Amino acid sequence: MPDPTRTGQPGDDWREQVFAAFEQGGVELFCYLPDAGLDSFISRANAGNQDRAVVLTTEEEGVGICCGAWLGGKRAVLMIQSSGVGNCINTFSLVTNCRFPFFLLVSMRGEFGEGNPWQIPMGRTTQAMLELAGFQVFRASHPQDAVVMVTEGLKMAWRSDAPVAVLLSQRLIGAKDM
Amino acid sequence: MSNSEPDVTRESATVLNRTDLTRRLVARLKSEEAVIGGIGFTNFDLWASGQRPQNFYMLGSMGLATSIALGVAVAQPQRKVFALDGDGSALMQLGSFATVAAVAPKNLAVVIWDNGAYHITGAQETLTVKGADLVAIAKGAGLKQAYWAADAGHFETLVQRALINDGPWLIAAKIDKERPAGVTERDPVKIRLNFMNAIAPGS
Repeated sequence: MPDPTRTGQPGDDWREQVFAAFEQGGVELFCYLPDAGLDSFISRANAGNQDRAVVLTTEEEGVGICCGAWLGGKRAVLMIQSSGVGNCINTFSLVTNCRFPFFLLVSMRGEFGEGNPWQIPMGRTTQAMLELAGFQVFRASHPQDAVVMVTEGLKMAWRSDAPVAVLLSQRLIGAKDM
Repeated sequence: MSNSEPDVTRESATVLNRTDLTRRLVARLKSEEAVIGGIGFTNFDLWASGQRPQNFYMLGSMGLATSIALGVAVAQPQRKVFALDGDGSALMQLGSFATVAAVAPKNLAVVIWDNGAYHITGAQETLTVKGADLVAIAKGAGLKQAYWAADAGHFETLVQRALINDGPWLIAAKIDKERPAGVTERDPVKIRLNFMNAIAPGS
């Protein structure tokens, strides 16, 4: 769906395919904190069966809920902005210590075309922080990358009991034009 | 059992004991209920209460017991799920009360042990001593069924209500600063696998 706050919209079909990859990958619960770059996925998660979408007050909660859902046998994913990755760092010890399968979708800020200096420190460090925390990180800069990375990232997370993050780069989702 | 609750505040609540209350709670679990034990002496006492395989013990990630329990509750709506956590941990993730209220799982109960202290690190004071009332905060976050336990008997009554009636529930008990009755074993993968096997659908 069109997002007037974003420039360089590459069209919505890849977003549809990414969401389809979540559904085909068996994801039954979507935990999120809103971001313009995630808006389309949030809308889709909330459409129809509202029980599958959980809006969080802070990103850390989502780490707990996703791990808890897996303890109970359900696949959940966490969708957050890059700034929220910094909030999660300590909670990732739950993921790696207990060897939870974990899938994180991150919409990037603070990089390609960013106009807000407050976003830049986390934008610059998000990928390195995730890698230091034990995540396998895939960075998507083109629409088809995003679809393939989500599809394969979900498989990797659940087949290997691994933490996987897919970063949607600002090159892909566009910088906020304000 | 009456649905009318006595008007108990943190000030008027009797000071109870975590080891005793944990054992009273566990003694009432008959149907393989899941219990998430928060970081610190909370999970030590849960461990000491009998090492049920349906217990999950947190040894890190302070503040997430309620969130983990919420995930389990959403994944398995037919199973009652308890989160046990200390006041210091609860203060760290107050937003999770609002999330629980919004998701409104009927099968979730959050139990808070409030001794006004970060007990395991040297019993430094928490802000509940300065007036932060976790039951009032929970109610303000939308958890209507949030109560202080007046005494041990009332605590058991509240637990029984949570077992029988729809949640979400929040039960807070003011507790002393006695040390826990045991120390949890620390293999995180073993803890996860034991718990998952014990609550696997069909088990």
